[in-house]
Amino acid sequence: MSNTVISVEHLSKQYDLGVIGTGTLTRDFERWWARTRGKPDPYSPVTQDYTRKHGDETILALDDVSFTVQQGEALGIIGRNGAGKSTLLKILSRVTAPTSGVVKVKGRIGSLLEVGTGFHPELTGRENVFLNGAILGMKKAEVARQFDEIVAFSGVEKFIDTPVKRYSSGMYVRLAFAVAAHLDPEILIVDEVLAVGDAEFQKKCLGKMGDVAEEGRTVLFVSHNMGSIKQLCQHGVFLADGKIHFQGEINECIDMYLNMSLQDSSTILAHQTYHHEDFNLSQILVNDQENDFVPFSQKQNSLEINIKGTVKSSTPVDLELKIKDILGTPLAFYSCGHLKGIVRQIEPGSFDLSWKVQLPGNMLHGDYLIDIEITNPDKQRWASIPNAIRLVVEGVKTENGRYIEYRSGAGWLILE
Amino acid sequence: MSFFSPEQDNWDLIITPRKKWYDLQLRDVWRYRDLISMFVRRDFVSRYKQTILGPLWLIIQPILNSLVFTIVFGSIARLSTDGLPPMLFYMSGTVLWSYFSNCLTGTSQTFIQNAHLFGKVYFPRLVMPISIVISNLITLAIQFALFIGFRTYFTAAGAEIRFTVWAWSLPLLILLMAGLGLGFGIIISSLTTKYRDLNYLVSFGVSLWMYATPVLYPVSSIPEKWRWIALVNPITPIVETFRAGFLGQGTVSWARLGYSGVFMLVVLIIGVVIFNRVEKTFIDTV
Repeated sequence: MSNTVISVEHLSKQYDLGVIGTGTLTRDFERWWARTRGKPDPYSPVTQDYTRKHGDETILALDDVSFTVQQGEALGIIGRNGAGKSTLLKILSRVTAPTSGVVKVKGRIGSLLEVGTGFHPELTGRENVFLNGAILGMKKAEVARQFDEIVAFSGVEKFIDTPVKRYSSGMYVRLAFAVAAHLDPEILIVDEVLAVGDAEFQKKCLGKMGDVAEEGRTVLFVSHNMGSIKQLCQHGVFLADGKIHFQGEINECIDMYLNMSLQDSSTILAHQTYHHEDFNLSQILVNDQENDFVPFSQKQNSLEINIKGTVKSSTPVDLELKIKDILGTPLAFYSCGHLKGIVRQIEPGSFDLSWKVQLPGNMLHGDYLIDIEITNPDKQRWASIPNAIRLVVEGVKTENGRYIEYRSGAGWLILE
Repeated sequence: MSFFSPEQDNWDLIITPRKKWYDLQLRDVWRYRDLISMFVRRDFVSRYKQTILGPLWLIIQPILNSLVFTIVFGSIARLSTDGLPPMLFYMSGTVLWSYFSNCLTGTSQTFIQNAHLFGKVYFPRLVMPISIVISNLITLAIQFALFIGFRTYFTAAGAEIRFTVWAWSLPLLILLMAGLGLGFGIIISSLTTKYRDLNYLVSFGVSLWMYATPVLYPVSSIPEKWRWIALVNPITPIVETFRAGFLGQGTVSWARLGYSGVFMLVVLIIGVVIFNRVEKTFIDTV
């Protein structure tokens, strides 16, 4: 235990839902006046008996969370949206205070919840480097010492004396990350800032963070991208509903997360945003599952899509799929009707249709999204289900046992 | 987990729900002094980039203000100026007052205007209002130089004005102004995270306060019956001492300055305590 650098003990954070103060002084005064006379609160959202019940107006974003981080460890924090990851980072980086519990820290914490915090558009790149450095807790001399390195890393040397408001968004982000990357804290806390910039720059950032971890500094990393977490971290904490669901070795942690996501996620049909009034879907199955998380490996490389529902008139129908990456970039399109002119005819009443879609076996590791559209090709749209399927692709293993990732910039497919 | 191992004692940072109210975290602020200077620079540079006259505005403002006051209050309403040239009398008042009101209104926006920044990164929040008070100091210095310029001109023109020993108290006067502006400002900023309507009160209140302060009239011209109002006001001794020092006319005493000093300390301490309390969780309620 001698080299514990962060010790989180029974940490809880409670947020009030809805009305906190009434927002204006006059109303709060009325409220106070009513209370002192023993009358009920005129602005009370629900009947309250002065003891707040959990689940009514408050939510526990973190609920009795305890863990420790050792010197030099790279810890990944994973969980679905709303699991409490961001709240945990906010408390660790002292943006907000916990409701109860204690965090003890050894060494200086540098946190990157966002790149470019405090950049001022009117100031030049040079001035912003110093300003941003100071905001992140660096001394002027420290920034000055590393200035050339920072500028070189960002690749915006030519424009360093131009106000950043004239920068492209890419340049802006690169400069901002460069400052952050040269922050020299003993403990680095990173939120999903890597979701910015082009692929090459993302790679550079991941590499830089890897270096930081290898130098024996401690890294806490939050991301939805299991690939980068796997690459960077040895240990993981898996949060669910504000509690620690699992903590331990990173691969185990990620497996747990993906499995839980499967059980937890919604049905494919729940993503439906539109359907024609004459056309109703009652169920969509993919590989006999209603679930929107679809695991995908080389062994099993087709999707069997089954839809059931009712229709009021006789119509030809076709299934169209649009495969996208997580950021929404279209990668592939499937439509039997457009390609071969093969459509199914359905008659008024209920229908039960199936398609078998062959997907390439050489897809790279990553998550992909699939939009589903049910149409009468070029004539009528019957239903749209955007982001209907989240395809979790295991991908192709290289000779040395690693997975090449979509996000590393390699793209969707690997060629033989 | 071993709670009693000796190494538990040397944690660098302990994050808890609440700090003791008397823990003012001033050491933390000192550690971030570089950030204060960066903010001061940023304020100054960004304020005058892409303006035609740049910092010249700092000079034009008090001149125009003093001219208007000279015409309205001096020539039309014929208020007393303690026998001093009206232009100088009003300029001395407005230069000092505008420093105080700039500090107050500037710092009173601390939380609301920086909510985004505060939501993303930690630094002692007090850095922000302190840097505002300091960057206003630059404005004050320029306007003070302007005042001295006018003063020299009026002396050369034969006006009866003189320096007195009270002029040496200028640094103290500025400190009092800064402390009062900062103190009131951070109290208001802490309250505005919950009550937005206080913001309307601030701009309105500050201009009312100016009329309750001998900026446009000397204390000596207030009827005995009402003089206590001017004397309760902690800004009064500051303005009067300044005039006594640089123009030779004013109602001064150490006791009154002392009163302002104590007032400043009390407001400042209350301000920092409230501010520190609010800064911990304001991001959840803003």
